[in-house]
Amino acid sequence: MLRSILIYGLINSIILALTAIGFSLTYGISRVANFAHGALYVLAGFAAWVLFYRLGLNYYLALFLAVVMVALIGAALYRFALIRVRGMPISEIIVTFALGTALLELLRFFGLFGSNYGLPPLRRATLQLSGVPVDFQRVAVVVIGVVLIAALWLFTHYTKVGLAFRAIAQDEQAAMMVGIDPDRMATLSLGLGSALAAIAAVVLLPLGYIAAESGTNILVYAIAVCILGGLESPAGVIVASLLIGYAQILSVAYFGPHYQMIVALLAILVTLVFRPSGLFGRQKELEERV
Amino acid sequence: MAKRRERIDRPIKVLSEDIYALESVSRMIYVAAPSVFPILFLLLLPLFTPSLYMQRVLILTAVYALLALSWDFIAVATGLVSLGQALFFGVGAYSAAILNLHFGLPPMVTLVVSTLGGAAIATALVAPCLPLRGIYFAMTTLVYPLLLARAIEATAVLGGTDGLVGIASFPNVWVERYLVLVFVLGATFALRRLLRTDFGLVMRSISDNDQAVRASAINITVYKLIAVYLASALGCFAGAYFTHLYMFVGLSAFSLDLSILPIACAVIGGMGTLVGPVLGAFILVPLAEMVRDLGTLRIVFYSLLLVALVLFKPEGLMNFLHRKYQQIERWVQV
Repeated sequence: MLRSILIYGLINSIILALTAIGFSLTYGISRVANFAHGALYVLAGFAAWVLFYRLGLNYYLALFLAVVMVALIGAALYRFALIRVRGMPISEIIVTFALGTALLELLRFFGLFGSNYGLPPLRRATLQLSGVPVDFQRVAVVVIGVVLIAALWLFTHYTKVGLAFRAIAQDEQAAMMVGIDPDRMATLSLGLGSALAAIAAVVLLPLGYIAAESGTNILVYAIAVCILGGLESPAGVIVASLLIGYAQILSVAYFGPHYQMIVALLAILVTLVFRPSGLFGRQKELEERV
Repeated sequence: MAKRRERIDRPIKVLSEDIYALESVSRMIYVAAPSVFPILFLLLLPLFTPSLYMQRVLILTAVYALLALSWDFIAVATGLVSLGQALFFGVGAYSAAILNLHFGLPPMVTLVVSTLGGAAIATALVAPCLPLRGIYFAMTTLVYPLLLARAIEATAVLGGTDGLVGIASFPNVWVERYLVLVFVLGATFALRRLLRTDFGLVMRSISDNDQAVRASAINITVYKLIAVYLASALGCFAGAYFTHLYMFVGLSAFSLDLSILPIACAVIGGMGTLVGPVLGAFILVPLAEMVRDLGTLRIVFYSLLLVALVLFKPEGLMNFLHRKYQQIERWVQV
């Protein structure tokens, strides 16, 4: 019992980190809270399904194309819509939230609910990790999650675009003075954030079904992790994923499956009430609360 | 040759300011028409809607108008954007159901109690988040309806996923028809009047610049609490009314539909005008009802409409009409 809680808690934490990292990255760089995050996640799964089953592409190629497509949609979301309402939080929230809802309901209309659609796992196999059976896909999730986070860290610390991202995040005015275009960076950040949501989708969806309902769940999980860790803080995302991940597995093991969502929702409320900047947030207190 | 658009007040608008409006009948009509005609229209509407279906659409419209009004009032009075009007609706709906089923109170009493009491509960839930701003407040309000729905689902209290049935309905059909319309009218004009008082001035300045208001030694949290209490009272009334109308309450009382459609109504009608959201509801809800056959696709339509309006025509219908009614526009050479 203890071993399986430890192992499945870790897997669940990585899953949460994967779903949240895109949301956190986008917000950290462009200050746009992408409420369409969950919708893009489901869209990526559906795109991969169409490419693989309907068009008969190679599985890995289908996954890759789905990620690229969603990244482009994310970038277009900023370039053609959000750019007009930049700096007006009410409008930004309404636009991303309404677009996300529209996308999810459209997918639901096409029959994307319940267990109608699913992606196959990378390989059907079960491994024994110190006596606990774990299927291959979950091991793959952990490996991909860790590699992705490491890659992101390298990207933001050693490439020109990555450094520009961090510069914009730290001080927009100063970044503009050294010739960084904030609109271009915001477009890229929404593209990258959406790509991360899509990667999470193609890796995680084989564990369950592609359903419109999961869009809202993913959004709530992403928000929960980002709020607890502190929006914009990459270290916070990892620590918060571990905290919420283990809390979820424990509550599911002792109370029941419904509590997975309740833990996430409570994490959001408790953090926002007691420490809105989260565990690692470096936001100035004034900006977020009066 | 460069030109610019010039806007000047209509002569009759200037002439009918203050006491001079009483000088002629046309001026009195000019001043009174914008409020008298909509009120008469609303009050006469139930008499000319014969079928039960039309009556239900009218009532649904009024319920959404209340939610839109409550959303707009929070936005005007505190500068906060709420993604969870369903919280207010759900709290009102469930409290009315409990009062009626467990305490056997008649609908008229439960309406009053669950409007005032439910608003107190909803305000107490939102109160800890009130110092938050912008997306942080939006996130907490998005979370609350989901949390309550999941909690009811998980613990199976209050009927769980089946909901509660067998709630008493209204004593007669005229009460049913007029109660909510009168409440919509009363609430709209009362809130509009409130915003014009000194008290409302403070509220409006909180949404403009809360730091400046704090610097004037005014406790803004108290004002925000009052604003949220009033807004949630509207939402709770809508919920309680709906519960008695359909004699049923379930998890759908916390559905996302109830949160997003009011925002769409407010944006169409014009944010910050209070009358605008009501007008928006009377346009959008019947439209959404006409395409009910499309199922969930109608949510797609009004979400996209909402996005298009926010991006391209953020002014809203009410502001537009207001301007056209009071001003003339012409092109002049610079």
